[in-house]
Amino acid sequence: MARVSVTVPSSAKRGEVIEIKTLAAHVMENGFRHKQTGEPIPRDIITQFVCTYNGVEVFRAELHPAMAANPLLVFNTVATESGTLEFKWLGDNDYAATQSASISVV
Amino acid sequence: MTSRRQFLTLVCGTFAASQAAAQLDPNMQALRTAALASAIRKVTGGQPIRTGKVKLQIPPLIDNGNTVPLTVTVDSPMTQADHVKAIHVFTEKNPQPYVVSAYLGPRSGRASLATRARIADTGKVIAIAQLSDGSYWQDSVSVVVTLSACLEDGLI
Repeated sequence: MARVSVTVPSSAKRGEVIEIKTLAAHVMENGFRHKQTGEPIPRDIITQFVCTYNGVEVFRAELHPAMAANPLLVFNTVATESGTLEFKWLGDNDYAATQSASISVV
Repeated sequence: MTSRRQFLTLVCGTFAASQAAAQLDPNMQALRTAALASAIRKVTGGQPIRTGKVKLQIPPLIDNGNTVPLTVTVDSPMTQADHVKAIHVFTEKNPQPYVVSAYLGPRSGRASLATRARIADTGKVIAIAQLSDGSYWQDSVSVVVTLSACLEDGLI
């Protein structure tokens, strides 16, 4: 099972800009390396990341082999209403991971 | 008998040669530069890119190219009328110029992105922001890499 971690404040004031940190455990094999026997190691990376806030997309990223292993993404969003944030990672070899976090807005 | 002058010439020559070998050969470098230019053109569609508004924070001296923390912030009010639509990061010397493309909107509140990249060689790192009015802004930082990423069998 894919291991992912997100950090979202549990509560925020309405209209406040909150910082979201996401981390996915993934080797991000870049496809440019070779084994000791000389054959290339096939590419295996996360290519897409999407964050939705109560079903509305607020952040999306396209990742490339030049992202470090265990890709970290730190971004912001406005706390508009209480609800859930859904995070989704997609990648090579049918890699898929989802995570959700709830936030209460006062 | 080797004179001191001959010896020094030899030492300096060897040192210069080893330095040169650590760099990409000119053909490869030209290919990389062309790839970077075409990648940027693909993003901007040939629009002019102005310098300013964008701030790319990255350590100028990188000990380990496998994990390079970088932060891109754009000076923007992030309102419906005036916001950052996308932030793209490119490197000059990697086998592929792309690092990450992030798509933001007015709901982002603050135009900032922090992540970690792999940098293969000493060169420029470029951050380009696309604003909602269709303009493009960039910032570039020259970095020095001592241990490069993806380099087990020489520069590829």
